[in-house]
Amino acid sequence: MSQKTPALLVLADGSVFRGTSIGAPGRTVGEVVFNTAMTGYQEILTDPSYVGQVVTFTCPHIGNTGTNLEDAESRRVFAAGLVIRDLPLLESNWRSSESLPAFLARHGLVAIADIDTRRLTRILRTAGAQNGCIASAENGLLDDEAVKAALEAARAAPAMAGQDLAKAVTCSERYDWTGALWSLGAGYGAGATPRFHVVAYDFGVKHNILRHLAERGCRVTVVPAQTTAAEALALKPDGVFLSNGPGDPEPCTYAIEAIGAIVDSGMPTFGICLGHQLLGLASGARTVKMKFGHHGANHPVQDLDTKRVYITSQNHGFAVDEATLPGNARATHRSLFDGSLQGIERTDRPAFSFQGHPEASPGPREMSYLFDRFVAMMDKRNA
Amino acid sequence: MPKRTDIKSILIIGAGPIVIGQACEFDYSGAQACKALRDEGYRVILVNSNPATIMTDPDMADVTYIEPITWRMVEKIIERERPEALLPTMGGQTALNCALDLARHGVLEKYGVEMIGAKKEAIDKAEDREKFKLAMAKIGLESARSALAHSLEEELQVQASVGFPTIVRPSFTLGGAGGGIAYNKEEFTAICERGLEASPTKELLIEESVIGWKEFEMEVVRDKADNCIIICSIENLDPMGVHTGDSITVAPAQTLTDKEYQIMRDASIACLREIGVETGGSNVQFAINPADGRMLIIEMNPRVSRSSALASKATGFPIAKIAAKLSVGYTLDELANEITGGATPASFEPTIDYVVTKVPASPSRSSRSPTTASPRR
Repeated sequence: MSQKTPALLVLADGSVFRGTSIGAPGRTVGEVVFNTAMTGYQEILTDPSYVGQVVTFTCPHIGNTGTNLEDAESRRVFAAGLVIRDLPLLESNWRSSESLPAFLARHGLVAIADIDTRRLTRILRTAGAQNGCIASAENGLLDDEAVKAALEAARAAPAMAGQDLAKAVTCSERYDWTGALWSLGAGYGAGATPRFHVVAYDFGVKHNILRHLAERGCRVTVVPAQTTAAEALALKPDGVFLSNGPGDPEPCTYAIEAIGAIVDSGMPTFGICLGHQLLGLASGARTVKMKFGHHGANHPVQDLDTKRVYITSQNHGFAVDEATLPGNARATHRSLFDGSLQGIERTDRPAFSFQGHPEASPGPREMSYLFDRFVAMMDKRNA
Repeated sequence: MPKRTDIKSILIIGAGPIVIGQACEFDYSGAQACKALRDEGYRVILVNSNPATIMTDPDMADVTYIEPITWRMVEKIIERERPEALLPTMGGQTALNCALDLARHGVLEKYGVEMIGAKKEAIDKAEDREKFKLAMAKIGLESARSALAHSLEEELQVQASVGFPTIVRPSFTLGGAGGGIAYNKEEFTAICERGLEASPTKELLIEESVIGWKEFEMEVVRDKADNCIIICSIENLDPMGVHTGDSITVAPAQTLTDKEYQIMRDASIACLREIGVETGGSNVQFAINPADGRMLIIEMNPRVSRSSALASKATGFPIAKIAAKLSVGYTLDELANEITGGATPASFEPTIDYVVTKVPASPSRSSRSPTTASPRR
């Protein structure tokens, strides 16, 4: 950029950061969360789970690989804002088709660079996630008035707890998904010949989940979050998938109700992230809001059955409280970071779920065996 | 899994003299290993020909031999000290070659010494370029087009199939000594002649050139239970063709998208499993064509390497220390992660909020040394 536009980040606690605008002009508010992943910023910005959240990366250089036409996890950018330490002058990657600033401007995302993201992360770790406001100053003026206005905007933003955001990001109509996983040189594949029909609840689904299902021979019908159990079962699926998504799971009463009925019908059910929390709620457990959540790509999780440790991708601010698990559900995975519950399984029905992201994108792909488990469950039902 | 109690004393082989291109990386790894194993109550016997190292300080090992690192000398030490185990992965290529010699000459069998960290088969598979290439093909990883040659006739035949520039790599030499890049036939025959002489097995690998490609390294740690973690990725600012020791290197890798990075991550873990490095740290190197992303696996070191020292410094994860503990039976989830002061287990993949850059310095370059950097040192 020839002329730098100054910008501000103000947290609800009054912390002020001054930097440079690198995205769309204007102002944005949201819950500020930090992500420790060192790759995958394009996937993260397009992950619907980040709706209403301003994302900061602890990794200092963001934008090195530009952006491309393949690495999107949904139809558009969902994050509410982006905060980074340093934007490189050049990108260096053979797949890059657009620089990060051009991508941000085209998607209307307000973003700030040149701020001390380590200080910001420390504040979020200590005080917990909180709302913040990024404001760019096209007139070049970042005076007390601007700071005050940004602080007011940050404080006026709604809290994440209690918000049903799944409803806001879900698809408006049912659609069929095609397309399998990406590989070097070949791009996205076509997947295996369908053997199963999966109904996928879209609470803010990441495309890579759907690609994993297609890769394993699933014909996927994606349905809106508010689809009832009767409507879903009427599609005669072999299994039901509950997607990731943003916000607080508790207000999603319509989904909790539908999931309860679907699981009770004996339908193989698999949930990820928000889908995991909803399965927990539908099974009678409770969820809690975490202090600053898990957002990164290096989280060790132990499979409690095999004792194997997996490095996983994580992105959640709420968790199922293990102490509230009912008698017909058991813990299958636990975080080695903080001991929090990472996976559950119903003992009376073919239903299980995982808090982290087995679909990766971004992050390690070690947990993809969970998709195989889901397929095996459908195989067993159809046998 | 708890630590092994069937072994009481462990022999560690050091790296010998520090040569140009090395700093004191192997002193660092050897010293860490001595400390870690003594802390666990093992009797540590150390052999290193270089007295100017920290690891040969009197209080580092229980017994220290400052003797030449040859299999005959080490045999005498084994005869006298009767260690139950030999840890060959801390002293670079020197230690690894010596351990292989000991195994080949039946010394380890004769005295009932078990190689821990990496077994003979794994070292062989990783070090023998042809076996390595086959092993990688088996798990779907592409290597540069190449073939072995043992004579001038074979050399020319292979060269014709890979074109210029051509890489010549003698087998089993330290830091690729005796090899080089040839841009024409005269250079090629000269390098081959020199290389054959340098190779203990009189063998050369003649290879497709990937000069100018992006160069990456992955530092991987694996435990007995098959838990694998990446400690750090490293990207060379200087492309393939410039030795890592001469290159400016950056950690973590900066120009891979997540999809490409994960492919490399999975490939490096698959490589460790296929080679059969049971426990400890390894270094896996890749080249990527900047034009289309084609990824080739270049080589792997089934031991703590010089890059491990950089990765340890860069992340705070003490690779040599952890590798030593893994070699006696611990698993990653049983060891404390020092970065977080023990708050999390070592089965954690470091993520860093800074970028580490290594810039080489060459204070001892004499006027007669070549002025261009090359894969030969």
